[in-house]
Amino acid sequence: MNAHERIGAAIGAANERGEPALVAYLTAGFPQRERFQADLRRLAAAADVIEIGVPFTDPMADGVTIQRSSRIALEQGVSLRWILEELEAMDPPLETPLVLMSYLNPLLAFGLEPLARAAESAAVAGLIVPDLPFDEGDALHEALAGRGLALVQMVTPVTPEERLERICARSQGFLYAVTATGTTGRTVSVPAEVTGYLDRVRRHARVPVCAGFGIRGREQLERLRGHVDGVIIGSALVEVLERGGDPAEWLRTLRGRAGV
Amino acid sequence: MSVNPTDALADLVAGRFPDAHGRFGPFGGRYVPETLIPTLERLSAGVREHLHAPSFQQEFAGELASWVGRPTALTFAARLSAEWGAEIWLKREDLAHTGAHKINNALGQALLARRLGARRIVAETGAGQHGVASAAACARLGLPCTVYMGSIDMERQAPNVGRMRLLGATVVPVTSGDRTLRAAIDEALRDWVSDPLGTYYLLGSAVGPHPYPYLVRELQAVIGREARSQFQQAAGRLPDAVMACVGGGSNAIGMFHAFVPDPDVEIIGVEAGGRGSALGGNAATLSFGRPGVLHGSYSMLLQNEDGQIQETHSVSAGLDYPGVGPEHALLARIGRVRYESAGDEEALESVRALCQYEGILPALESAHALAGAKRWARSHPGGTLVVCLSGRGDKDMPTLQQTLLAQTV
Repeated sequence: MNAHERIGAAIGAANERGEPALVAYLTAGFPQRERFQADLRRLAAAADVIEIGVPFTDPMADGVTIQRSSRIALEQGVSLRWILEELEAMDPPLETPLVLMSYLNPLLAFGLEPLARAAESAAVAGLIVPDLPFDEGDALHEALAGRGLALVQMVTPVTPEERLERICARSQGFLYAVTATGTTGRTVSVPAEVTGYLDRVRRHARVPVCAGFGIRGREQLERLRGHVDGVIIGSALVEVLERGGDPAEWLRTLRGRAGV
Repeated sequence: MSVNPTDALADLVAGRFPDAHGRFGPFGGRYVPETLIPTLERLSAGVREHLHAPSFQQEFAGELASWVGRPTALTFAARLSAEWGAEIWLKREDLAHTGAHKINNALGQALLARRLGARRIVAETGAGQHGVASAAACARLGLPCTVYMGSIDMERQAPNVGRMRLLGATVVPVTSGDRTLRAAIDEALRDWVSDPLGTYYLLGSAVGPHPYPYLVRELQAVIGREARSQFQQAAGRLPDAVMACVGGGSNAIGMFHAFVPDPDVEIIGVEAGGRGSALGGNAATLSFGRPGVLHGSYSMLLQNEDGQIQETHSVSAGLDYPGVGPEHALLARIGRVRYESAGDEEALESVRALCQYEGILPALESAHALAGAKRWARSHPGGTLVVCLSGRGDKDMPTLQQTLLAQTV
């Protein structure tokens, strides 16, 4: 199985259990870089896919919560190189597929070919790059595709139909359906037009569709059931960590049953 | 990516840049969240439809003449020339309404926003000049305006904060990131991404995703067009050199654009050298930066080896920015424009010189161009040089109280 196919398989496995897959976000090295491997392992026991945030000084698509966690990680010297080394050092490796979420500039500084090589060694299955729209993504797409890694594409409620089709044709791993315009971390209600939009995305998608941006409770999860293959939980998990809580435990309560 | 300087210059002069992908050679493009792509597409379509349409140009020219006060003067700086040893001419953008070149762009984009049906305007500001210009243009056109400004800049440019508020704008302090211009742009982008359909982002410099670098250049190009014809009228020929300060680079690209096709005119941009060449001690992107992506375009950037954006320093808030417009990155790469830097002390000294010899208080930003002019004059005795005096220095009084005035007491 290609690395990017592992993502779809993990999401499919959750769906077969009758529930949307949970994609759990963790800012690498937040709250403490010494805890990164342990936090990851605990989260992996409760999530279906893990999205690892590479901290960046100018996270323009993120709200205050992830800005805060990114800053704290950077202050501890977290870098893309460190993250990839930590992942490669994990023994035994995680079975839960890992996706890196990074703004473009740290990737460019690393070099796209070296990045693809290092990501493969670190058992990373794909990348999400919030400031790299579909049209600018050829070079990264090619570098990753050579090693079977996914470049996860994003779509939004304002993406026109024709563009949606082109993005869907290109998408690997999963399709990241942004549920609302705006930055991450704001609570979003799930009105009918959102479920309608997600249904539209799903009709075009060739890979599982996961909804993200502002999902933080069971009620939203219930409203999304049947309209998505998975949900991405980001800022809400960072806030659990900020309160000193256990994100894995919190994810289990979100699913509504303990010990998945 | 390699660039053939001769071909790239020919493309630039022939108007083939930005190309269909919004690029100036390798630089530029559109690196923004997917949410903003349809909005940028609409803006590009709006620019194509309106910007060069006679009805828009007529309206813009009318407002530039009757409200902004254009054309601005070209002043021969007689005493400064005698002191520095070359003929120094000043393109007086400090005389434009609201006190800087920023009004050309703010007015043009506000007119465009109104045609595109925007319900509100957001803008970022560093020195506060773009914020004041945006607030004024929005008041003139009856559009609500929100300005994001770094909390550090709000302190050092306090007079402009009050002006924006009097002009009816909501000024939002930005306490995230580096709390200067760069953080203000991040925050304005976050606002825009939250309401991409109703909000128009009035970006103040020749940076950002396509079509902004092009749009801002076109609206600022009036500076160089006027300066070129005014100089020809006064001297019967072209100047030996033109010069402007470069932060994001809007007054510079406006000044340079008309002169790029003139092979005998030397073009020089002056960046903020701050306290020196150490990382974090300056904002001289083209001297010390490497290519990368920030705020929507691929250009030169001050960054560390991990691709994290570097903190910058300059006494001038308007130049205190780690990036630079993509067209400047190309002009530097092909060698058509030479970029150098001037430090805090040189800039302050130039403020003093212009006050003393010409009775003009320049903005700290513009003072960097003057510092470059002094150096040029020393190495080109008898040469002729046009300097873009991009703004007036009243807004810098808090900084000048703590520097020049503190020294003289």
